[in-house]
Amino acid sequence: MSNNLSIRMAGLGGQGVVTAANILGGALVRAGKQSTVNPFFGAEKRLAPAESYVRVSDEKIYERGEIIYPDIIMIYHPHVITLGKSYTMPFYDGLKKNGIIIINSDEELPMTDENIEKLKEIGARIYYIPATTIAIETAGTELSTNMAMLGALLEVTDLVSMDFIKASLEERFGGKKFIASGSTAALDDAMKGKFDKISQLIQKNMEIIEVSGVKIKKYSLEKGRV
Amino acid sequence: MDKIAIKQKEVDLNHLLKKSKREKHFITGSEAVKEAIKRANVDIAIAYPITPQSESMHLVGDLYAEGYVKDYYRGENELGVMSAIAGAAMGGVRVFTATGGPGTLRAMEMFPTWAGSRLPIVCSFLTRGINSPLTIQPDTIEMSFLLDTGMLMFHAENSQDLFEMILSAFTIAEEPDVHLPIGVFADGFFTTHTREIIELPQEDIKLAPYDPYISPVPAMDMETPPVRQMRDPFVLKSNFISYAAHASWQQEVHAAKERSIKHINKHLGGMLEIENEDAEIMIITSGTAVSQSRDAIKRAKEEGLDVGLVKIKTIRPFPYEDIRRIVKKAKKVLVPEFNIVGWLAKEIRASVEENYKIIGAPRVFGGMTMPPELILEEIRRACK
Repeated sequence: MSNNLSIRMAGLGGQGVVTAANILGGALVRAGKQSTVNPFFGAEKRLAPAESYVRVSDEKIYERGEIIYPDIIMIYHPHVITLGKSYTMPFYDGLKKNGIIIINSDEELPMTDENIEKLKEIGARIYYIPATTIAIETAGTELSTNMAMLGALLEVTDLVSMDFIKASLEERFGGKKFIASGSTAALDDAMKGKFDKISQLIQKNMEIIEVSGVKIKKYSLEKGRV
Repeated sequence: MDKIAIKQKEVDLNHLLKKSKREKHFITGSEAVKEAIKRANVDIAIAYPITPQSESMHLVGDLYAEGYVKDYYRGENELGVMSAIAGAAMGGVRVFTATGGPGTLRAMEMFPTWAGSRLPIVCSFLTRGINSPLTIQPDTIEMSFLLDTGMLMFHAENSQDLFEMILSAFTIAEEPDVHLPIGVFADGFFTTHTREIIELPQEDIKLAPYDPYISPVPAMDMETPPVRQMRDPFVLKSNFISYAAHASWQQEVHAAKERSIKHINKHLGGMLEIENEDAEIMIITSGTAVSQSRDAIKRAKEEGLDVGLVKIKTIRPFPYEDIRRIVKKAKKVLVPEFNIVGWLAKEIRASVEENYKIIGAPRVFGGMTMPPELILEEIRRACK
């Protein structure tokens, strides 16, 4: 993995795409890396396209805004691909050579021959993870889908250690420092309402990260999953 | 109200920005606005929400709840807010507000009024596109509407700049020989919603309060009725003297803008920053486009292409003389911009003799991002 890494997360409003990026960025900075995080969305509403971008480097990062040429693409919802709920179409547009794609879906999604050919040209490494199912089974809430996605990312990249993720998660949900918009605050409340204590929320979400590390499956463009 | 403000020592701007020990924080641009206002000793802030500015003024509201800002309320709309903020400034207190995009245009009438009334208002414009069609995405087109309102305009490259510029703006605006409003501009989302590492001075210091009694236009109080131009407007006389007074008053506003340059040099380190001035290809730009250009220039160097960079920090006053010198020496000048009209390229073309050297590209708008690759392509073309 090079010193500079760009991650594009595409999902639907309410899935925690922005929160996951903030937790990851916070963890990276704690680990001594340079990182910037920014979201992109239209009117803030659930199920509308929402994207966030995480840049990581050992040096100061200047470029801002959308990541057009990512090393890693994380698809939080099948509709990003099947219904084009995305700022980027097709979903892999701009992916760098030998880049990684992580898709949240219980089943493999239909892909056209053209897409498969292009992904082969890029040398894309594609992984499937049933992130929402893992979130529901492990923590009893789909609101933790984003943590399962982070778990999958950490499994394939070794980007940052679990300890830093945990510390960042604690700051995001346990601290008073985080500033959330109205609808994000409402989802935070819904999330916190699922657990008796914040420590339980943290623990369950860390569990999700571990489970998804095990359940991630590599997809072969030649012959389906391997 | 639950007042939990820590005791803050009053200091001058130089101490606050240059002498205080700094610590790193991983925060957004909106939070950088809050951190600036926390240390700005603001008497009143008035808010009206509009994306991407809402979070900033929401956080300033939190500062009020915490006791860092003395008064705060939400106005009825942007024109109402900008009018009320003018009233507060006329009353002789330090004020702050923010808006962006359509909010800026709705409040338009007040900006020349602020300058004409010589009010040292600091307003942050967190820019977004102008309707229609409706957009909330970043675009700097609103700046083109504000070029000739008489207010000073600073353009932040990132959150760090935004923090420094807001605090500097209070001190520069309140200089008796300036005493003009200052708009501190930052690109919506690219700055406001981006979380990055910024260095902040300690929390236990703040700017010394504004002194309204050194103002060139006396503050209103029970002894001093509203300023001359309001109590007894020139136009009601409608004679030669009244027109001459109005004309000279406008000249004085623009002269005050010129006088701000020495304060800008002192506190902001100049109206622009230049890197590699002797390069044949220069990029001149402001705001987020500076950051994107830095990245593109780094990659151009790897290809053996020699490119210089000019970051314009103040759009008003505009650094005409430096720009003339730089353009004279350069072979070609690229002006990347986040708006469709290219107001910065126009401004540069209008200030130089060799306007054929100015290439108004790349240009993106309507919320599009400007990948460094796009700038790099223009650099390659210019080098051919």
